[in-house]
Amino acid sequence: MSSTPTLESLHFKNRLYWLLLAIGGLVVAAGMYAVHLMEHHGHIITGMNNQIVWGMPHVFAIFLIVAASGVLNVASIGSVFGKAIYKARVPLASLLSIAMLVGGLTVLMLDLGRPDRIIVAATNYNLTSVFAWNVLLYSGMVGLVVVYLWTMMERRMNPYNKAAGIGVFVWRFVLTTGTGLIFAFLTARQAYGSALLPPMFIVLSFAWGMAVFHLVQTSIYMWNEKVIDSAILQRKKHLLGVFVLGSLYMVATYHLTNAYFSQQQGFERFILMDGGIYPSLFWWGYVLLGNIVPLALLYTPGIRRDRWAALAALLIILGGFALLYVFIIGGQAWPLNLFPGYEVTSTFADGQIAAYSPSIYEMLLGLGGLAIAFLITTVSVRVLNFMPQDKPYIAD
Amino acid sequence: MSDMDMDRRNFLKTSVGAAAVAIAPGMLLYSVAQAKSEGASSKVRWGMLIDTNQCKPGCNDCVTACNRENGLSGETKSTDSQWIRKIDIKDISTGREISLPMMCQHCENPPCVDVCPTNASMKRADGIVLVDKHRCIGCRYCMMACPYKARSFVHEALTDQNPDVPRGKGTVESCTLCVHRIDVGGKPACSEACPNKAIVFGDLNDENSEIAQKVRSVASVQVRADLRLNPGVRYQGI
Repeated sequence: MSSTPTLESLHFKNRLYWLLLAIGGLVVAAGMYAVHLMEHHGHIITGMNNQIVWGMPHVFAIFLIVAASGVLNVASIGSVFGKAIYKARVPLASLLSIAMLVGGLTVLMLDLGRPDRIIVAATNYNLTSVFAWNVLLYSGMVGLVVVYLWTMMERRMNPYNKAAGIGVFVWRFVLTTGTGLIFAFLTARQAYGSALLPPMFIVLSFAWGMAVFHLVQTSIYMWNEKVIDSAILQRKKHLLGVFVLGSLYMVATYHLTNAYFSQQQGFERFILMDGGIYPSLFWWGYVLLGNIVPLALLYTPGIRRDRWAALAALLIILGGFALLYVFIIGGQAWPLNLFPGYEVTSTFADGQIAAYSPSIYEMLLGLGGLAIAFLITTVSVRVLNFMPQDKPYIAD
Repeated sequence: MSDMDMDRRNFLKTSVGAAAVAIAPGMLLYSVAQAKSEGASSKVRWGMLIDTNQCKPGCNDCVTACNRENGLSGETKSTDSQWIRKIDIKDISTGREISLPMMCQHCENPPCVDVCPTNASMKRADGIVLVDKHRCIGCRYCMMACPYKARSFVHEALTDQNPDVPRGKGTVESCTLCVHRIDVGGKPACSEACPNKAIVFGDLNDENSEIAQKVRSVASVQVRADLRLNPGVRYQGI
């Protein structure tokens, strides 16, 4: 397959590159237009309301931010644990991390009721607010990864690479803990308020980040008409499989502990059995398509082609979106329990399952964030050298 | 005296006159603003005691009064603001039915204040929990954190606002305990409007106040007391 590129194939790729940029740019433009409309009309044009206060934009943003932290696993295994095949992939992993962080943060910021007041958020910090911590954690992460990338790609800075790598390693754990804590600190909501959430998010980040990395890496190899070394592919596949199993274990533990507490059983029954869209997305979307099928693709002997592994990675990503939808939207749909032991009714949907249907505008905002990450990656991969450069002999 | 000196004199006179005209209203407003500079006192803890035995099912007078006082539309779509609402509850084991108003409980340890990234959610020294409309960025984290679902997000542009109660599209809002009334010695509109006097408002820290005496003499509960937020609103008869 790795033939010498012909003039025609280069022309074709050049046109394809601009076409991809145009598509990405169009999606970003559509997202920005949606933001403009949301600014003008207010959140009334979204599907969000006073019961489901965080909607589709948050599903996209949290996926991007969690995956942005997880993709750095590749970097950590390379820099902190010194594995050569991962070290060759540090620049690409770092780039993806920055791209997804920027995409995710843009969505979060533009979904605010008053995005024009971003300077207020940047200058007023409530030290007890995990959101305020996250403002620092997320922007600090972008800065730190830029420095890390610099120490990696600039020869003179190479001696500082290990230190920067350790810094990134620690920072991303704190960052994903911070993302999990957003929900873990919600004392009154039955879906959240669990100390299990930060570690669960960390393990989920491993799987989602690795899946994103694998998908992008496969695309880059295909673009350059190269085939990834089968020994390297094998190790990557196994690692991805272990991460998927680990995250499935964390999600199962979260639901099983909940199901054991009688006060939580109503909620678990709703989210896993009779909650309509939520159990369907959980079982079919997350468990089956996002875990079982990818695991089969990764571990079935004989399925060795890198494209199957890429398909597994894509399914893991889609499963991640399904899980976050169930977690974020389903978690809010279940009513707050103000009066335990009572049936409750009111004009404000007390005691009722909240309804939510995402509008096109919030979908466009979320997709716009995804497109920003796509554009940053595509342009950077084109203008700089992010193709993994493996050594002829791999010692570890 | 030369013409130039006269010009200078006239110029100075006009300038001083213009400056006085420009500054005077500001000085006047400044003194008006200064007149109310006394802040909320931490010796006071405003609260309410709601007697659910006196609260009639179907009666909505407190809600109507609140809407009128604070310029809310009174509509009840899922995107409309509701600062106070009537909740009907029914004991599953005994079938006993109770009706009660629910609003911001003005907690001593408010989760909304803990989670607000910009300090827009705040608790005044006298226990009233408010949102600074100039600082709120509309992240809605406080709505996720509030155990009482007391907060609403302004989903669309507003018209006909009450000047005493500033509100704004894209920010979060909730019951202010009618702080604009309290600060001039009044009491919340809901408490005033209740035909059965079911909502007693007052200073929980003043042992001679009606509310403090009642809290001492009758059994009352805080909703979700297990969360240890110590709300300033208490309920009797649940």
